[in-house]
Amino acid sequence: MAFLSESIRKRIEDYIPRYPSKQAVTLPALHIVHDELRCVPRQAIREIAEILGLSSAQVHDTMTFYQFFREEDQKLGKARLWVCRSLACQIRGGEELLNHLCDKLHVQPGGTTPDGKITLEFAECLGACEGAPAVMIDDEHVHNVTNEKADEVINELRGNP
Amino acid sequence: MTEFEPVLLKRISKKASPSLDAYRADGGYRALTKALNEMTPAYVVDSVKASGMRGRGGAGFPCGVKWTFLPKDHPGPIYLCINADESEPCTFNNRILMEEDPHQVLEGVVLACYAIGAKTAYFYLRYEYGRAYRALQKAIDEMYAAGLLGKNIMGKGLDCDIFLHRGAGAYICGEETGLIESLEGKRGWPRIKPPFPAIEGAFRKPTIVNNVETMACVTHIIDRGADWFKSIGVPPDPKNPRDAGSYGPKLYCISGHVNNPGCVELPLGVTVRELIDKHGGGVWKGRKAKGVIPGGISMGIMTEAEFDTPLDFNGPGKVGCLGLGTAAITVFDDQTSIVDVLYGIARFFAHESCGQCTPCREGTGWMMKILDRMRKGLGRVEDLKILDDVAKSIGIMPGTTICGLADGAGWPIKNAVQKFRSELEEYIRKGERSTAASLQMVGAH
Repeated sequence: MAFLSESIRKRIEDYIPRYPSKQAVTLPALHIVHDELRCVPRQAIREIAEILGLSSAQVHDTMTFYQFFREEDQKLGKARLWVCRSLACQIRGGEELLNHLCDKLHVQPGGTTPDGKITLEFAECLGACEGAPAVMIDDEHVHNVTNEKADEVINELRGNP
Repeated sequence: MTEFEPVLLKRISKKASPSLDAYRADGGYRALTKALNEMTPAYVVDSVKASGMRGRGGAGFPCGVKWTFLPKDHPGPIYLCINADESEPCTFNNRILMEEDPHQVLEGVVLACYAIGAKTAYFYLRYEYGRAYRALQKAIDEMYAAGLLGKNIMGKGLDCDIFLHRGAGAYICGEETGLIESLEGKRGWPRIKPPFPAIEGAFRKPTIVNNVETMACVTHIIDRGADWFKSIGVPPDPKNPRDAGSYGPKLYCISGHVNNPGCVELPLGVTVRELIDKHGGGVWKGRKAKGVIPGGISMGIMTEAEFDTPLDFNGPGKVGCLGLGTAAITVFDDQTSIVDVLYGIARFFAHESCGQCTPCREGTGWMMKILDRMRKGLGRVEDLKILDDVAKSIGIMPGTTICGLADGAGWPIKNAVQKFRSELEEYIRKGERSTAASLQMVGAH
């Protein structure tokens, strides 16, 4: 019995005709699995490798180069909240904002709240510099985030009214 | 002088709809129709070459000339890669183009494919641009439905597919060969050049890698002509035989300590001062600027005394900066410690060095650690010499690395040691400590 669902396998296979090499589907496949499972378990790596005709070491090598992907012992929370710390945000309060969120959520950057709702991350430049300090929820930017606005954001992510 | 009327931001400034119908109603796909009906691919290449348009991604290489590096009469496939990895800190102009007016960019992509004989374009988009991803995918779907992509486009026998390919948060994938390796499903480790991508690129085939804004410029060059493009901007500096001129409109990003951060379109050659005062609404809180980081953080630092420098391809070099870069400026005010600015920059590069070349992997880390020590009040006067030595010894220019990441990492440090020496020396002598919130060096190698 395969670990990855039929639908995930199908979505990965659908990418294959786009490229002259199956290996090029590595990043799309990792994204598909990571989005769905909030991590890329070892068995998923093996099955991606099998679908793409690679060794699992190749997939693992690529995956770990991009610090974006989490292994199964580092599974993401329901939402991933990124706080930009690069220059444009840094000098407009980005670091203070990150500190505020660490305090508020009782986690260090990279950590997940015990209720599994929010994983807090620092980000290098999000490309939202006109709205500094900026944060990103999964892949959507939020601009001009004050501490109060950050509190609203985490309330929403926690599902509180 | 009359106000410059935006071209690239024309529809965006009017908040026009990004939909295909609205784009067409505003004259969209006129350039593609014209090219397919009246121009040979070689004519399109020649037009872009004649326009003098230099790539908008950072290096400023003339786009049309790059296209001519492809082998002649190659049986194919030839690939086009769009570099939408826009990860240079303080830069967001491409994001705005893709989110708000994706068809303008995609029309340029099809034109470029026609010109260079590519049937497939891969759009390498940084993961952090989710909104742009969805806007582009929607626009691409509209194009397929309207026969503007796929087989036999406009009945003219042109076949072209565009595929979006999302990155995974690595700055190095904006380096064109790092991008290609990443596209191929590997670590984004830059390749040794030559061979250049035009000879051997993606999947070992001839490949052109172009920036997003460059593609939007192609649309307008074909629509309005090379002469129109060349009538905007700055001709070559007669004193610099290597300057190929700075033609056309350019998107400038303004961020940091200004009242109105944002993206503006102006003819190449505007000064830093004009950008800050006229377009950025001046320095915030009634303060004075201490300096700017021009062109993304890789290009160095300018002091307030250097603000009359024109931001064209030739200007920043005159004050010791590396180049125009992405034409983004980040202003920092006179209350900001240069040590904090440098630490932020050094931390970025230490985090983003891909680890392939030892001088970069080690050097970026050491620069960050030295600056962190200074931030804690434990700096030593000899640290400035060490910083300068490291900054000058890592990169393509000193011949110690494969790609230019380390040149960019060293340049702002080198500039600062020279231009802000007295402030740095005083900081060290007094044992000052950073008052900014200080996080640990999380995530660095």
